[in-house]
This record gives sequence, C-alpha cells and structure tokens, in this order.
Amino acid sequence: MSDHAGFFTSRLDEAIGWARKFSIFQYPFVTACCGMEYMATACSHYDVDRFGAGLPRFSPRQADVLFVVGTISHKIAPVLVRIYEQMAEPKWVVSFGVCTCTGGFYDNYATVMGIDTIIPVDVYIPGCPPRPEYVLDGLIKLQAKIQIQHSTGQRPRPEVRPEFER
Amino acid sequence: MDLTKTPGSPPGEPEIREMLLNVGPAHPAMHGIIRIVTKLDGEQIVDTDVEIGYLHRGFEKMAETVDYNGVIPYTDRLNYVSPLINNMGYCMAVEKLLGISVPERCHYIRVIVSEISRITDHLTCVGAGAMELGAFSVFLYMIKAREFLWELVEMVTGARLTVSYCRVGGVKADLPEGFDERCRKALQETRKVLAESDALLTRNRIFVDRMSGTGKISADDAISHGITGPFLRSTGVEYDVRKDCPYAVYDRLQFDVPVGTRGDNYDRFLVRMEEMEQSIRIVEQALRDLPPGPFLAHPETGRPIPAAEMVDEGKIGNIAAIVDARAVTDPTLEGAAKSQHPNIEAGEKRVFLPAKEDTYGNIEGLMQQFKLVMYGHGIRPPKGEVYFPVEGANGELGFYIVSDGTSSAYRVRVRPPCFAIMSALPKLLIGDMIADVTPTFGSVNMIGGELDR
Amino acid sequence: MNAASLIQAVKDRFPAGVKASHSYRGDATVILGREFLLEAARMLKEDTLFQMNFLMDLTAVDFSTFGTKRSPAFFANSGIAVSPSPEIPDADPWPGPPGGHPSAGAAPGTPGPARFVVVYHFFSLPLKHRLRLEIPVGEVEEAEPEVDSLSSLWASADWLEREVWDMFGIRFRGHRHLKRILMYEGFVGHPLRKDYPVNKRQPLIGPVN
Ligand code: SF4
Repeated sequence: MSDHAGFFTSRLDEAIGWARKFSIFQYPFVTACCGMEYMATACSHYDVDRFGAGLPRFSPRQADVLFVVGTISHKIAPVLVRIYEQMAEPKWVVSFGVCTCTGGFYDNYATVMGIDTIIPVDVYIPGCPPRPEYVLDGLIKLQAKIQIQHSTGQRPRPEVRPEFER
Repeated sequence: MDLTKTPGSPPGEPEIREMLLNVGPAHPAMHGIIRIVTKLDGEQIVDTDVEIGYLHRGFEKMAETVDYNGVIPYTDRLNYVSPLINNMGYCMAVEKLLGISVPERCHYIRVIVSEISRITDHLTCVGAGAMELGAFSVFLYMIKAREFLWELVEMVTGARLTVSYCRVGGVKADLPEGFDERCRKALQETRKVLAESDALLTRNRIFVDRMSGTGKISADDAISHGITGPFLRSTGVEYDVRKDCPYAVYDRLQFDVPVGTRGDNYDRFLVRMEEMEQSIRIVEQALRDLPPGPFLAHPETGRPIPAAEMVDEGKIGNIAAIVDARAVTDPTLEGAAKSQHPNIEAGEKRVFLPAKEDTYGNIEGLMQQFKLVMYGHGIRPPKGEVYFPVEGANGELGFYIVSDGTSSAYRVRVRPPCFAIMSALPKLLIGDMIADVTPTFGSVNMIGGELDR
Repeated sequence: MNAASLIQAVKDRFPAGVKASHSYRGDATVILGREFLLEAARMLKEDTLFQMNFLMDLTAVDFSTFGTKRSPAFFANSGIAVSPSPEIPDADPWPGPPGGHPSAGAAPGTPGPARFVVVYHFFSLPLKHRLRLEIPVGEVEEAEPEVDSLSSLWASADWLEREVWDMFGIRFRGHRHLKRILMYEGFVGHPLRKDYPVNKRQPLIGPVN
C-alpha cells in the first residue's frame, strides 16, 4: 500500500512543484543599487516573465519568493525579518547581490554581513550588481529547487556536515 | 472611550479627528527605503515626519580606511543611477587636491560619459514616476532606452552599472573603436523614446492632473533648503553648476538650462525631459569636438631625463639627481603592445594607475600598479582640504576632502544633492492629498545610496 | 568676488573673530571663533557684499588623529621596511588643521587645540562665490561640544546639523529637535569620530558578526 501512496504523492509533488515553479510571485525588497539591475531584469530587454516570475506582488502576504535586493543595514534589518515572517509558507528567499550574500565591501558598523545571519536563504546571486543573465540563472536554480520540494513546502533536510558545526 | 464623538463637538455633528498613516519603509510606492509618517485630516496631509537612514552604509567612514583609488568603487554606489558623475566629481576633487590637470581628451571623455549617465538617471526618474501613476508602458519604453545607453556604458567601461571608470588623473581606458557610431545610434533611439513618452505623457489628462499643482515649493524655500539641480530649476531659478561654476570643458559646449515657473511636479517633469534633450546635445557636440591625444594626466612635476642617463646616475649613487626625474625612453624600447594604444601616456606615475594593457603586459606597468594599490602605498597628496562641486543628476554634488599627507584620505565628505530635497519633503507634502505623495516622491528622485550614504 | 577679497571682507567685518584664513587651491577659507558664528552667518546671508543665500554643506572633521597615522611599513615583521612613495610636493602648502594639531598636545595652562572643526560651505547665487567657514570646537575636552545652530537662517541646516550630531556628537544650540538621522535610536556612540572602530556593530537584530 505504501508503495502506491508513495508513487502518488511523489507524482503529486512533482505536479505541484511544476505548477509552483512557473508561477513565482515575488516580493522585491529593493533597497539599493542592485534594484537598478532588478528593474532591468524585470523589463522588456531581459523579460523575467518568460520564467513565470513577471508579476511582482507588493504585499508579502501574496508573495512566495522574497527577493532581497540591495544592502541591508542594521536599521532596516528588523523590517526585513518582519516581512519575511509575514509571508505565507511555502516561501523562498533569494539574496540578490553580494551585499545581501555576505555584506560585500561594506564591512563596517552600519551593514548586516549577509542576510543569512537573520533569515534563511535559498539562492544566492552574487555580483555587485549581478548582471541580468546571472539573475536569470539564479531564478532557474530556484525553480529547480522548488521543483524537488515536498508539496507541503517542507524543505529537503539539509546535509549534515559535522565538521562545520561550531 | 467613546470613539464616535470628540469631547467638545456638539451632539449630532460628525466627529473630526486626525489620523496617522505610516508609509514605508518597505512600501511599493516608495522606490527606495524611507519612512513617511503622515498626519491626515480626511485625505489631506496636515503634518509629516520623514525618517531616513535605512541605507546608511558608512561611505564616509569606509573612505577613510581605503586609499584614494579605493574610494572610486564606493562613489559608484552613491548615486547608483548615474555613477559616472560621482566618479568624475570625486576624481576632480582629488585632482584639485593634487594640483594636477588632466588632458583635454580626458575632459571630453568624462563629459560624454557623465552626460550619458545624466540621461539614464532622468530616464529612470521619469519612467519610475510615470509608472507609479499608472503609465506602465512609459516605464518600459524608458528602461528600454536606458538599456541602450547602458550597453554603451558597458562598451566603454566594461560594466553596466558600477563602472569605476574615472581614475585620479584620467580615465580607465580610451573610448573603444566604433564608439562614435554606436553612441549616435543609441542617442537616436533615446530621442525616439523621448518623443514617444512625450506624446504619451505631456498632454495626458490623467498625468497632468496628478502632476500639476502638486508638490509645490517656492524659489525662496527651495534656496533656503539648499535644493539644487532640476528641482531648483523647476522653480524658476537658473542655477546649474555646469554654467555657473564651469568645470571640465562645459564652458565650451553649447547647451541651454531649462527652467520652470511654478515649481510643481509637472514642471519638474518638463525640466527633466528637456534636460535629457540638452544632454544629448552636449554628447553630440563633445563627440564632434573630441580632440586626439593622451587621456591621462601629463606629468607636471619631474623633469625628463633619458633612461640610460638615469641608470648611470643611479649606479654612481647620485640619488639626488634622479629623485624628481622622469625617465624618457626611446620609442622603440616601449612595450610591444604600445603601438596599438597610441593614446596611452606614461605620465605622472605617482598618481594614476597604468592602463590595463600595461599592468598585464609589462613589468613597469605591473610595478606601477603595485606601488599604487599596495596597502600603505598609493597616491599621497599633500596635506590640505578642498571642496569640488559638479552638477550631479539631482543637483550640486560636492566632494570635500581633507588629506593628512598619507595614502588614505583623512576625511571624505560628499554633499548629497537629494539630502537637501528630502529635507524639504514635509514642505512639499503638507496641504496636498495623500495620493499626491506618490507623484511628489517620484519627482524628488530620491536615491538611497546618495541620501543615506 | 575672488577668494582674497572675500577673505579680506570677512576680516574687515570681524577683526576679532577671524583666527586665521587661507585660500588653499583657491577655496576661500576663514577660521572663526565659535562665539562669532551666528553673527557672521547672518551677515554673510544678509549683507549685500556677500549675499550667501545657499548653505551648501555643513559637516565636521574630527582632527584627533591628524598626523599620527603611520604609513604602514610593509614587511615590518621581517625587519625589512618599505618606504611608501614620496608625498607629492606642494608649492603653496596648507597651513595645517584649523584648530591646531590636537595630537601635538598643548602647553600646560593654555587651552588645548580643538578636536573638531565644523565646516560650513556657503555659496552665493547672485554673486557666484563660495566661502568656507571653519569653527574649531571641543577645546576643553568636552564630551559633546556645542555650537550655535544655523537652522533659523537656512532651512537646510536643520537636517545637516542633525547629521553632524549623529555622526560626530556635536550639539547645536537652538536646534528644534536634535536627534539621530542616519543611525537608529539606541545606537551608542558617533561613528565618524576617529575613536569609533570602523566595524564595531550594534545590531538591532541578529548576531554581532
Ligand atoms: S551588491 Fe553592489 S550593487 Fe548590489 S546593493 Fe550591494 S553595493 Fe549595491
């Protein structure tokens, strides 16, 4: 019995994953320079709509992918966390630009050294700013990730790597 | 508490109360992060409080920790829509501190790229502002035009947005082959887009109704707030750094400074549209007049002595004779790649980075590069302080630099043009409707990187 | 007016207040005692000779480590010192920090040199000249030195003074609501002071990394 159930759920997962990955509703959390490249990617030249991610929602409750675009300072960090918490599951986070990945070259008193210190991140798109091609590549990676995910939105268990545990 | 009645109001009268509405920091109509707390009486704004600083990244502190050339990438990210103007402003400030001047050709190249930058800035501002009022197609058109210009920028600098193109004492590289033609084509496309947008917006009833009469400011108020640039010009004051305190070669180029009359959103839109036209004019003239010659600074210190003589002096230990000397070599001794880059000038070696071909192509170039980028080396201007203003896309962009004679600046201060404009935002909003926040904020053209630094 | 005559004109009006002046690289600069600030600013704004209707910029400089920064010798631990490239010579040298060399220390009994200098950049639109005014403050080891606020004369001073307070901890007497502008409430210290370490973080949320 369990065999059949497994078969059906995995097919269902696949179908749901397929549907989800082509209907990405993104919430752009645009703060800084990367926003310009975000704009360029979203507009007609690079046309992010080809990947089913053409409709930015400006309400976190309607969005399922949070694009964190641009430097996150300590002053804005609580707002970002709040927005992340307001999003409904399943949700994904893309960190756009090196500032959100690691803090970039703003290693100083004002900036957060990578948003993964405050919220979980699914896809990192480095670059300062990343070119639109990079962004599209990151988006495709995200789609692949969404595809293999369980339909409940539960993420695959992270790899256990004890040697990196602190 | 009885919420239906104000204590003092007569019975039966509707109650009148003020309401607080918080817009931002993350709000769709705010491109950029800023928080506006408005106090509303019905739909009218009676009071506002503006909170900024969400993008404070410590530019000024970082600039004290890196060397003079290292600041250039940080300046890109101040006004990230027109980075080339920031580069130019910073480099010209350091050049003023050093007391060197750059060759003619370099000035022209800088003018060309910074005017292209100005166009992209205005395109973004007008396009995003129009989008927020519902004219989405205008936004797409303008971004399309911006894309053409960015391709041009990429052709010259190698990057689309964060270009770091100017160098102290010059620019990174000469204009590439075929730039002329590409540039003319891109400008033509831009003109087309401008005409289209003009047709879509300028007499569009909805657009005009929302823009005209909103976000008004008088010339006196604007001056008192230190507002400059297109914003000030929309109030009828004709102040443009390019005309009034000309730098580079702006005094040789023909262009008009458009001014408005009423100082409202619509006038600002018109001024920006006209300025793009003027910038195109400037680029075309500069391309026409672009002189040949070197694009990096000429040495002003250091007397030239033949290389062989310099070696001899060095061998006998006569250091005094070669301290301030500059070796000149026979052309045939130059690197093999030289003939392909006839414009590269081996000028003031203590100031500017060598051309990339030299850095990768020969040992002298590599050493010169190291002497300028290695920690603790780099440009060492004399002790002093300077202020240098240029006309940024939003107004006067000034760099104030204090040097203590070491390889990194003691203090770098940038006068951000939109800081002044934002400080006047309460004045612009009070008395208008809440829906007018969107066009007013759009026409302010707030750029987070420059506002909060 | 050119730099020299501008400086001379200010000197004529305030013979007692002007401590020093220079026009390094053509920028007219006047160093003024802090008690004369408000009066001088009003005169600069209203006098027909100056007509400085723009307060373009207002900032401060912390001179506490001026001249003490050692150029790092590169292979210092291996004993081989590398001297950095020589300073580019200057025909018309700068007279030095406006408040004297704070690092040099003062003779006992005399007021110490100023730690901060508040820098004003004025511009006159009708006459098209610029003037830099510098006010040395913080002579007596004040924790939070104070100068007069110019927000009653120029609206632009309002935010700029808040920024200087935020970044340097210099108070402005007569300012309506001097509160932080770029940093958040709860931030301790003033980041642009030279004794604030560049990467000392005070996060509102998340780890101190
Ligand atoms: S990654 Fe670079 S371009 Fe993007 S926000 Fe940071 S500094 Fe700006």
